[in-house]
Amino acid sequence: MKSGFSRRRMLAGLISGAGAVLLAGCDRATQSTGFGALLRNSERLTMESQRLLLGRQSLALEYSVADLSPVFRANGTQAPDSEEYNQLLENGFADWRLQVDGLVQQPLSLSLDELKRLPSRTQITRHDCVEGWSAIGQWQGVPLGRILDLARLKPGARYVVFHCADELEVTFDGSGRYYESIDLLDAYHPQTLLAYAMNGKALPVAHGAPLRLRVERQLGYKQAKYLMRIEVVPAFDTLWGGRGGYWEDRGYDWYAGI
Amino acid sequence: MNTPDSTHARAPLPRPTRRRFIRRHSATVRITHWINVLCLSVMLMSGLQIFNAHPRLYWGKYGADTDHAFIVIGSRKQADGLHGFLRIGSLSIGTTGLLGVSQEGNAVVPRAFPSWLTIPSYYDLGAARNWHFLFAWLLVINGAIYLAHGFWRGHIRRDLLPDRDQLAPRHVWREVLDHARLRFAKGDEARRYNALQKITYLLVALVLLPLMVLTGLTMSPGMDAVFPFLPDLFGGRPSARTLHFITASLLVLFVVVHVLMVVLSGFWNNLRSMIDGRYAIDHSGEAR
Repeated sequence: MKSGFSRRRMLAGLISGAGAVLLAGCDRATQSTGFGALLRNSERLTMESQRLLLGRQSLALEYSVADLSPVFRANGTQAPDSEEYNQLLENGFADWRLQVDGLVQQPLSLSLDELKRLPSRTQITRHDCVEGWSAIGQWQGVPLGRILDLARLKPGARYVVFHCADELEVTFDGSGRYYESIDLLDAYHPQTLLAYAMNGKALPVAHGAPLRLRVERQLGYKQAKYLMRIEVVPAFDTLWGGRGGYWEDRGYDWYAGI
Repeated sequence: MNTPDSTHARAPLPRPTRRRFIRRHSATVRITHWINVLCLSVMLMSGLQIFNAHPRLYWGKYGADTDHAFIVIGSRKQADGLHGFLRIGSLSIGTTGLLGVSQEGNAVVPRAFPSWLTIPSYYDLGAARNWHFLFAWLLVINGAIYLAHGFWRGHIRRDLLPDRDQLAPRHVWREVLDHARLRFAKGDEARRYNALQKITYLLVALVLLPLMVLTGLTMSPGMDAVFPFLPDLFGGRPSARTLHFITASLLVLFVVVHVLMVVLSGFWNNLRSMIDGRYAIDHSGEAR
């Protein structure tokens, strides 16, 4: 009886010990160069296969007014905490300009009114956070492709980088500033908008006033808020952490279609 | 014949029980089975880590913090410290130590699933997603090989579809009673799976695992653009996420019962049959 008990204890000890070793192994594998790279490379496989299926034009689902979330959760920065942004806000963004530069023939500096005068698109779409929640909202804005056409891309242009007004992590070197990037396939997608209105009203501060990105076939962290500058680049590896976005530099995949 | 002859007690003859080996599992079934074990373990544990990022489940087309969640794993701060709970509908169960609040290193922290159940053990949503999706690819490829082989070579029709006699209500009831008494088939009857086994394996291979993949894909905004019918099929993305979680729970339940049955009905014989394919059968009427 007693020996059975201790044998059972030994077995339980062995199993939990083996479990702990396996878990520690998984942690170590996550941080190792080889397996860590393999883990991250599955992103390529996912992206290439989704792109194969998606093609250029297939649209994200659009919903009806009846489907709107009663409360659309505001995530990340709720209000940028900078002198510069607060001044722009006080003035109703009359002094705000969207800079468009980088690999373009015609750099642009657009006011909110100028953007609103361009043909717009309105869509009701689902916002999926990487954490697992979803919210449905209505967005109105200028298709990004239209702005890129106005600026005329130079040869070698591959990515569009969005520089934001908010610092999600306060750092000395400014590396906590929010930024994002997408490639030209998503940039020219008909539902990819620079949105200035949400649910029929001016974009609220918590949701990125005066202008935010909507790139509907990807997750929430790609939907950069508080846009200040759009830069067209051949590659983003020299920018901040080199992975193409604030959250990407902190471990999320650049391709957020899944 | 069956009773050992006492005069030969010092020089025992080969055992009188007729023990025969049959080939139970094909190489494809054995290999895909163990790859599946690996994939499901990693996907469960990385999945729990992903769940921890937002431990609330909704039904419908949208679902976030202010919307009604019908399953929540959370924590509450009270005078005597943090308390973990699991809430399903209006039923709330205290789960401190396991769910909602658990030990992480030396600290007691709010955490839906405890660190010893998640990959990685520390909070890292990005890494957990990488693990989950890498092994999802392996799971899908492995599952496709299993199903292609299973339909092509007749494994599913021959070994998993219940035979006509097994579907008679009396027979099924008999099996339920036998299972409850832990009485397992011997002799020729042990050559085939029993009806409960067959139905369970079919349910896992053809319903639960495909459902897992489909509800998983429905959570991808990219895949929803490719197959717009996916969210409709499950009643919305939050619903699909909930079904993903419930289906995973059913798979865990299956694994628990499966392993228990493997242990109870002849552990080494079962294990060997899934390693080298050979399964020993003791013929009826002959005591073992």
